Amino acid sequence: MATEILSGKVHVNTTINGESTDFLAEPRESLLEVLRETLGLTGAKEGCNDGNCGACNVILDGRLVNSCCVLAVEAGGADVTTIEGIAGPSGLHPLQEKFLEHAALQCGVCTPGFLVSAKAMLDENPNPTEDDVRWWLAGNLCRCTGYDKIVRAVLDAAASMRGEG
Amino acid sequence: MAGANATYKVIGTRPVRHDGVDKVTGRAIYGVDAHMPGMLWGAVLRSPHAHARILSIDATRAEALEGVHAVMTAADLPDPGTGLAEGHESGLQSMRYKSAGLMARDKVLFEGHPVAAVAATNKHLAEQALELIDVDYERLPVVLDVREAMQPDAPLLLDDLHTGDLFTIGGSDATGGPSNIASRTTYEEGDIGAGFAAADRVFEGEYTLSMVHQGYIEPHNALAHWSADGHLRVECSSQGQFGIRRELADHLQWPISKITVQPLEIGGGFGGKTTIYLEPLAAVLSRKSGRPVKLTMSRSEILRGTGPASGGYVQVKIGVTHEGQITAVRAKVALEAGAFPGSHVNITCLCALGCFKLDNFRIDGFDVLVNKPSSHAYRAPGGPQGGFAVDSLVDEICSEMGFDPLAFRALNASEEGDLRANGTRLNRVGNREVIDAARASDHWRSPLGSAPGRKRGRGVASAFWINATGMSTAVAQLNADGTVTLHEGSVDIGGTRTSVAMQAAETLGIPVEDVDPIVPDTDSIAHTHVTGGSRVTFATGWAAIEAARDLRQRMVNGLADHWDVSSNSVVVEGGLFRQNGDTVSFKEAARILDGDELRLVGSATVLPQGVGNAFAVHIADVDVDPETGKVDVVRYTAVQDAGTAIYPPYVEGQMEGGVAQGIGWALTEEYVFDDEGRMRNVSLLDYRMPTTLDVPMIETIIVEVPNPEHPYGVRGVGEIPIVPPLAAIANAIADATGVRIRHLPASPPRVQAAIAARQAVHPTAWRRRAPLA
Repeated sequence: MATEILSGKVHVNTTINGESTDFLAEPRESLLEVLRETLGLTGAKEGCNDGNCGACNVILDGRLVNSCCVLAVEAGGADVTTIEGIAGPSGLHPLQEKFLEHAALQCGVCTPGFLVSAKAMLDENPNPTEDDVRWWLAGNLCRCTGYDKIVRAVLDAAASMRGEG
Repeated sequence: MAGANATYKVIGTRPVRHDGVDKVTGRAIYGVDAHMPGMLWGAVLRSPHAHARILSIDATRAEALEGVHAVMTAADLPDPGTGLAEGHESGLQSMRYKSAGLMARDKVLFEGHPVAAVAATNKHLAEQALELIDVDYERLPVVLDVREAMQPDAPLLLDDLHTGDLFTIGGSDATGGPSNIASRTTYEEGDIGAGFAAADRVFEGEYTLSMVHQGYIEPHNALAHWSADGHLRVECSSQGQFGIRRELADHLQWPISKITVQPLEIGGGFGGKTTIYLEPLAAVLSRKSGRPVKLTMSRSEILRGTGPASGGYVQVKIGVTHEGQITAVRAKVALEAGAFPGSHVNITCLCALGCFKLDNFRIDGFDVLVNKPSSHAYRAPGGPQGGFAVDSLVDEICSEMGFDPLAFRALNASEEGDLRANGTRLNRVGNREVIDAARASDHWRSPLGSAPGRKRGRGVASAFWINATGMSTAVAQLNADGTVTLHEGSVDIGGTRTSVAMQAAETLGIPVEDVDPIVPDTDSIAHTHVTGGSRVTFATGWAAIEAARDLRQRMVNGLADHWDVSSNSVVVEGGLFRQNGDTVSFKEAARILDGDELRLVGSATVLPQGVGNAFAVHIADVDVDPETGKVDVVRYTAVQDAGTAIYPPYVEGQMEGGVAQGIGWALTEEYVFDDEGRMRNVSLLDYRMPTTLDVPMIETIIVEVPNPEHPYGVRGVGEIPIVPPLAAIANAIADATGVRIRHLPASPPRVQAAIAARQAVHPTAWRRRAPLA
């Protein structure tokens, strides 16, 4: 079994960041692998490949997922939002603006995952408390910031999106 | 040079970092994102045993697998010879040990030790091929504890290693047979016998710590292409492209001029990416296959196969008078080197006692081999281990003798002119100012409060850190529109493009937005030392200042020609150039000088002296659940002397991040090994780093006592914040429960057991000490 070379790719049609997208994937490939290696969307990062760091987070049909734990073929017919789809044509998303303003990133490698997670939260709850933010982001590891500025940036972005900023 | 009242236009402001938009939009290209056409994927076979002799390796079946393009073993690396790896920025080491660390030659010394590697058309296939490599091992006894490894009859990891082969500092070594003790460091001053005799009380404590990992989120990576013309191009993330190039050249015995290292964005390092693991393997696989080869590590490979921070053992003895004066300190430290020499115990010895004015002390450090991963630098390497022990014992003294712990630190504070452990003297430092700021802080002056069902306590700890320098290069190029492109050699791991550019902008009198900082490859700028040792804003900032001064002088000379006057009569004021009645702005000057190539580029390579030492005091409040032993940090304040805070949000960020790592070290993070040296918690679920739910908001107080040696007063800020949290939290637990934690991490089972043991002795009540403040 170990020597068996899996072949036979599956054709998948999906929507990524609003664009209809086709790709071929081996059944064993994760959505993260296809995003990064096949489609060149390297914003989602692999930090652990087992769902413990959140650096690969994307929104799949409105649900926040670790794309390393989703098979690429499962994305068939789905609507996927990655970090590359967060900013609009007219400029950065308020979360992105506030991350910059609050210095909520240092090395930046976990930042795409945090932004996607925070967006998923604000899509559901536009008025989060600090506890809400910490709960939603508990699946994202950051080793540089100590989270302080990230939490502040998300709360500030939420306020700004509610027109309070 | 620098003054406390200096007024700056750019320094101290909070601009958006230059690389910010790329990093919030997912466009920034990190090492793991590197790609070349025709690229193969590699994978590394690692030892399942912590100590074994390799009897044979047979890769025939792997080589025969369709899609496999190359297989390598240590036999494909050049003979490393017997010399020292001189000039390597990852620490003094024998070339032979370094080479054996990349890939085992005759013995594996830790679980995860690389044994072979393959390159194949995709990653899954490469991993399948690993299963087809047959390795015969003869297992050997393992040694995992430093105290056992120091015994004469302990299993030897390197049977030709003698204590002091690499270095010995101070004292003298008995010459003996081979040993697991790789080196010894001794610092001493005065007469400790007389010092202890003069003490009214003498306190002693023994402390141990587990091995922990830096925990950077981006895995190690390397993409190499060894072209048919002999040129080797490597794209990867690291803490220094020049260090990677030098180590590649030495390991591959290939001319430096034929190697280019392109630094890509780095997703965290904390010292762990100042050395190489994958780059030479990718290079050899590329040479064998004729194709570019990319290697990345999985998280379990990172935990098992890279360089965590040493655990170890610390013994401290302190003598004190009734008035609270320290009369003598004696300490012994044995840190886990792991499989090869190189713990930072010599720095533990240099820094552990640095907060105190001491007439009599002796500290001995031992670098001890054990069958664990080869330890490497982790933020203030060697600092937290010593700090935990010394500041825990200091707190015990204060608790037992009724001293306010900050007043005790103020009474015994080291200051300008006092000896450091290595016999050199302190320059102007902010130790006293930091203690005063902590005493004046809202946190220290606030009541402790309480939570139902929890025991709350407050602890403090302080730290001294040496900081580092090293060569740095910057090139400032004036563009025709008055903007400046600033090439600077330091990899930017967390905002230093901007903190370096700000110093150039300040010098030139222009907005920082008009400076565009670039981190070039090794062909495109002169040597710059590793991003580490809290040195980039200090040393590369200094290079940027000198490059800006050079550019400014060239502009003055050019304008003097333009005005047909002598250079001396051109006056520079902020971003303005004046002579007699003529005044031109920086941008106008750029237009006038357009095309005058000689006047457009300023450059500097510097190796600054005058490093400014750092001091910090942290205050932690914790809640302890006596039923489960779980400890929550409920309030935290970090106070630190930054010298001058060039880019304050990122000074705060370094402090906050260091605190979070320290909280993890104190409470949850540890390598758990079985008796045979196999790591049992090899994922980020089980190797438990702090999440958003484990740390509070972190209050930061930046004290600015400018470093008198640096043009803008910079000290280093990045490393020291990880030192105090270990003892601050342990001391807070003691304040809450009366239980002294002497082994980290203070994980729930350990705290629960310690509380239960104490309750068995004192069943009547929780002892609550008098308030600290």
